[in-house]
Amino acid sequence: MAIAEPTHKASPTWEAVLHEWISSVDHKKIGILYILMAIVFLVVAGIEALLMRWQLFVPRNTFLSPQVFNQMFTMHGTTMVFFVGMPILIGLGNYVVPLQIGTRDMAFPRLNALGFWVSLFGGLLVYFSFLTGSAPDFGWFAYAPLTERTFSRSPAADFWALGLIVSGIGTITAAVNFIATILGMRAPGMTLWKVPFFTWTILWMAVQILLAIPPLTAGLFMVLFDRQLGTHFFDPQTGGSAYLWQHIFWFFGHPEVYILILPGFGMIAEVVPVFSRKVLFGYEFMAAATMAIVFISMGVWAHHMFCVGMNRKMDLYFAAASLLVSIPTGIKIFNWLATMYGGKLWMASPMLFACGFLSMFVIGGLTGIMLAAAPFDFQLSDSYFVVGHFHWVLIGGTIFATFAGLHYWYPKATGRMLSERVARWQFGLLFIGFILTFGPMHIAGMLGMPRRIFTYDADRGWDLWNQLATIGGLIQAPSYLLFVYNIVASLWKGQSAGDNPWDAWTLEWSTTSPPPTYNFEEIPTVHSRRPLWDLRHPDDPDWQYE
Amino acid sequence: MIGPLLLAVSDGSPQNLSIFDPVSPPAESIHHLSILVLAITAGILLVVESVLIYSLLRFRRRGAPGTSEPPQVYGSKPIEIAWTAAPALIVFVLTLVIARTEWEVRIDPNNLPPDLKDSQPLRVRVVGHQWWWEFHYEGYGDEKLDFTTANELHVPVSNGIYAPIKRRPVFLTLLSEDVAHSFWVPRLAGKTDLIPGRTNDMWFEAKRTGLFVGQCAEYCGTQHANMLLRVYVYPPNEFADWLANQKKNARESDDAEVRKGKEVFLSQSCINCHRVRGTPARGTFGPDLTHLMSRDTLAAGMILNDGDGKKLREWIADPQRIKPGCLMPAFGLSESDLDRIVRYLRSLE
Repeated sequence: MAIAEPTHKASPTWEAVLHEWISSVDHKKIGILYILMAIVFLVVAGIEALLMRWQLFVPRNTFLSPQVFNQMFTMHGTTMVFFVGMPILIGLGNYVVPLQIGTRDMAFPRLNALGFWVSLFGGLLVYFSFLTGSAPDFGWFAYAPLTERTFSRSPAADFWALGLIVSGIGTITAAVNFIATILGMRAPGMTLWKVPFFTWTILWMAVQILLAIPPLTAGLFMVLFDRQLGTHFFDPQTGGSAYLWQHIFWFFGHPEVYILILPGFGMIAEVVPVFSRKVLFGYEFMAAATMAIVFISMGVWAHHMFCVGMNRKMDLYFAAASLLVSIPTGIKIFNWLATMYGGKLWMASPMLFACGFLSMFVIGGLTGIMLAAAPFDFQLSDSYFVVGHFHWVLIGGTIFATFAGLHYWYPKATGRMLSERVARWQFGLLFIGFILTFGPMHIAGMLGMPRRIFTYDADRGWDLWNQLATIGGLIQAPSYLLFVYNIVASLWKGQSAGDNPWDAWTLEWSTTSPPPTYNFEEIPTVHSRRPLWDLRHPDDPDWQYE
Repeated sequence: MIGPLLLAVSDGSPQNLSIFDPVSPPAESIHHLSILVLAITAGILLVVESVLIYSLLRFRRRGAPGTSEPPQVYGSKPIEIAWTAAPALIVFVLTLVIARTEWEVRIDPNNLPPDLKDSQPLRVRVVGHQWWWEFHYEGYGDEKLDFTTANELHVPVSNGIYAPIKRRPVFLTLLSEDVAHSFWVPRLAGKTDLIPGRTNDMWFEAKRTGLFVGQCAEYCGTQHANMLLRVYVYPPNEFADWLANQKKNARESDDAEVRKGKEVFLSQSCINCHRVRGTPARGTFGPDLTHLMSRDTLAAGMILNDGDGKKLREWIADPQRIKPGCLMPAFGLSESDLDRIVRYLRSLE
């Protein structure tokens, strides 16, 4: 369909390559930059996690000082949420969305480049704090008044707040860009009800970013004002409110977890149909469920605060609202299962990770129901059960889904297939290591172990569960390294992919792999959600049924 | 499903902190709710994983990549409605049960429910500090109390074995002096935070005598991990003895060496932070030491307060070696001053 790019005979110098990547406004290059940034930060945050696991391997360990341990969990959480989770999803969206909706680039290519570089700079700012001699040590949700000057005297807290403000600007520009692109630049014939499902979830992720990040930015400015200008927003001793910060933070913090999971839902909704060889079951209900999750999840933030002593009616409202989220989430899981049912399952690596997602995410959802039951949360809140729960959602959900997506689109982005053998090892180690790391944490939590403790006494009966978790961490670690190896080695050694190695149905598979800078020689016209299916089956096209 | 397994594991260990082994009404109510929620979620898990595994086994593609595609099913309205309605029903029922449990667990200490009206409540004000607990005893039944202790909470048991048969609930008022903390003794009750600038409350009613441990559950800075909690539950008569001792001012010793120790103690900066009732030491920044030797542990439950005072001496010599980051500095006391201060403190029974 598309003509090949003219081949350059002389290989360009490295300066030219560097210049090309730094100055690029091509959504595909920017998408790849986002993903590479996320992978680098993933390795850093992984090392921080392993240091913590090593410290907790035995009771009263002295491997890390309390100060360093507290810095590690703060930086691990901050890094994973802001510099791994969001960048990798925004990067995938950047790469895939314009291709999926049949356009040549994002709506604002220069803004797109700005967004990436600002996000990266924000991440570096937070890490610059190490150069001041200490990193932030107040946890990723930075409960006031720990962030006040009285309790955080080093400038680490200022770097932290500034870094998140700056990267937040990048995130917001990406969201604006996604919304403009998806609403305004779809191929002829692609009504909003016909966009590929991943694009649909990116649209709603962007909406949620616009609703959630600005309140956080405002809160972070208040922290900076308290620290630098002598205001007293969050300092209770001078009339401020520590409780106010918790509301501001979780008004961002809860929608944030849906920002991190919605694109994962989208990737699963791309991979499961293609590898089951069936159309997505109940697209309209899935699409509506996505919107329902966005709207309901804006009103559930205080379920992170059941123990702060709100009144009973508030507890009950936030418990009931949180439980409501399980209904659209359930709809999604049932529809994916219905898509697989009666199909012809092709267990290539993307589908393997998608099945990992389906089997594990549901557990994270169910422990979420336990936490939403307010009185039960009085016991579970701030215990290791919570640590187990959100890792189950973010690794069992977001990470498995992201690996499904990365394995699915890697051939499109590079023109090469990933090694299936390495991918299977990666999956196996991740699956076993993940269960072994985070399963025992639930049990430790129910046995009374609070989170964020740098050590514990031997008589508490928590040693076994911590040892299992540490061993699990050591099994998981090589799995991520195998992935890094696979994406690098396959650039040279991978089989040639062709335009459409998975025999998939959305527009990105109609152009070459990798696609030319302009994506499509001619903008395609579509009639259904699966334009390539229509081409293949002119006798029985999709648009007859939609 | 997981409950019995946990009980089996936790019963043998020296300290039991399992939320599935409650000894107090709020923890019992939560335990009942948790069993229901675990059962419902286990049922859902079983259904979803079964369908997934069945599909993986039954619909696995065999042979070469597809020449023929399976039948395309675009959806079904009745099925969608069914699997929207079923979870909605579960959510509705769960919300009702949660409401009932919430009202059992969170009660208003100034407006007690009928079954607690005629009781003999113990009222304690708990103040969270970096990184220790202050307990100010305010009242027991009709008796007004006014003394302060630290880190080890002593309460009477509430059951029918010890007549007269009056329930003895414990009401805690929760405050914080610095940052957010959280009071958590899993077998007695769920946790409630101590937030600076707010006044929270919680209650429990220990049905069994013994020691119940817990710790701060809201990250509160460097030594959050060593802000430990111990709750001692006594038969009512033994509790009365304990109260009688705590109400007294510090014991005046006749021993000349101890008196010398007291002089040294009062001449050092100890008194800026610590209080010994009946002496000029009136600091409130650190734990009240009036009856220090009635406590089993030092440094908020971190080390044992052994009889010979060795640990106490190590602690005073350099707290930073035992609890790095804690707010008590080493004062560079001479060996003889250290000995004298320890001798004095050991007399505070």
